Amino acid sequence: MKKEDVPQDLGALGKITKEVCYVTDESGKYTTQLSDGWDVKITALDTAWQDVEERIAATKQKVLNKDASPILFFMEKGLMDIKILAGYTGFWQWQVKRHLRPEVFNKLSGTKLQKYAEVFNVSVHDLQTMTVNEA
Amino acid sequence: MKLDFNHIQAAHCENGVTMSLLKNIGVQQITEPLAFGIGAGLFFVYIPLLKINNGPVIAFRTLPGLIFKRTCKALGIPVVRKKFRSKEAAEAFLNECLAAGHPVGCQVGVYYLPYFPKEYRFHFNAHNLIVYGTEDGNYMVSDPVMEHTSTLTAYELERVRFAKGALAPNGQLYYPKENQIVTNDQLKKGIINGIDKNVRSILSFAGPIAGVNGIRFTGNRIKKWRDSLGLKQAGLYLAQLVRMQEEIGTGGGGFRYIYGAFLQEAHAYVPNDELLEISKTFTASGDLWRTAAVQAAGIYKGRIGSQEDFNIMGDYLLEIAEMEKKAFTALKNIKWR
Repeated sequence: MKKEDVPQDLGALGKITKEVCYVTDESGKYTTQLSDGWDVKITALDTAWQDVEERIAATKQKVLNKDASPILFFMEKGLMDIKILAGYTGFWQWQVKRHLRPEVFNKLSGTKLQKYAEVFNVSVHDLQTMTVNEA
Repeated sequence: MKLDFNHIQAAHCENGVTMSLLKNIGVQQITEPLAFGIGAGLFFVYIPLLKINNGPVIAFRTLPGLIFKRTCKALGIPVVRKKFRSKEAAEAFLNECLAAGHPVGCQVGVYYLPYFPKEYRFHFNAHNLIVYGTEDGNYMVSDPVMEHTSTLTAYELERVRFAKGALAPNGQLYYPKENQIVTNDQLKKGIINGIDKNVRSILSFAGPIAGVNGIRFTGNRIKKWRDSLGLKQAGLYLAQLVRMQEEIGTGGGGFRYIYGAFLQEAHAYVPNDELLEISKTFTASGDLWRTAAVQAAGIYKGRIGSQEDFNIMGDYLLEIAEMEKKAFTALKNIKWR
């Protein structure tokens, strides 16, 4: 890529920091140039987030249908998988998997609910009612 | 307490940490491309059966941690590297290092990294930054992908050092053990060694999914994605490919430009004119990767999406595979004296 061809499309990253690109100058020698971002990858990131949003919406419906516990909703919302959630809560993966079942979730002890609530940064009540307080 | 340390912005976090830590102990010649090339950082792999964030696993560089390790080894610099079970021990050891005058590289997760833009905070645990001082219980942080330095509270730093999930950092930290001068002759040996290593990993990787074979394999797979995944999912896969290729840290063109810069810089220590010619091929390859990204964007934006469009996309990768195969074969055939 030539130095003058470096795209300067402002994206989420560009608002916080410019990034270094390696480019060639008129004599073909390599140098660096700062970039605000590139439309092609901004839309790639948007596409990924759109998918996340759709996934969260689908999970919400699943919980409302009583096919899963609210933990699944908060897990998707936190972009986590079972391994990550197990890591942060300190539960085993098989335990987390069980807790995703509504009938198991409804019988969970206060201390266990508290653990999940802390990881998801919500109150136990919000966890149980699947309430989101956007900060 | 603040150590004498110079923040330098780099394209990629691990290159940047390697470069800054080495510069700090007296390796004046080191640059980001040299660190990347000596560490044999260029790679390609696509693992079809594994998924990250519901997308395919695609990488344009070697495994996290290898660049620092290989570069230090090639230059004969002893390294201290430690992982921790306990958060308290991790913080105590970090404080000891700082007190002893060592800026320290830390592996961290980005999900809870407060100065990162929200849109970039996935559970990605192979990010690297340097801690170079403390002040009122806070830590001074030099993150190579950022223009400026940052400050993290002890809790914030602990949280990212003990992020969970795949490649969990477990508080891992590392630094060069002592100050050292590296001669140009050592650097020359490191460069040749790094090129040899990279030739082997790209050309001779056993199996179809890595190196130039992996690029060809991915190209052929992409042509089938429209039917096997459906248009929407195929678009998501292509978006993932583009993000791995262009997002923070690659310097553009999936690290191909940094490698081109490396070969040019290498010429100053290993005066072989073929290096300059081969460097041009990597520039061309990086350009083609970006052309492919534009094609991919057309698909995930929904502007185009016929089978013919997927064929064009796949063919770009086949062309790139041929190009890089030629370039690495040429590097392989150089007679070093």
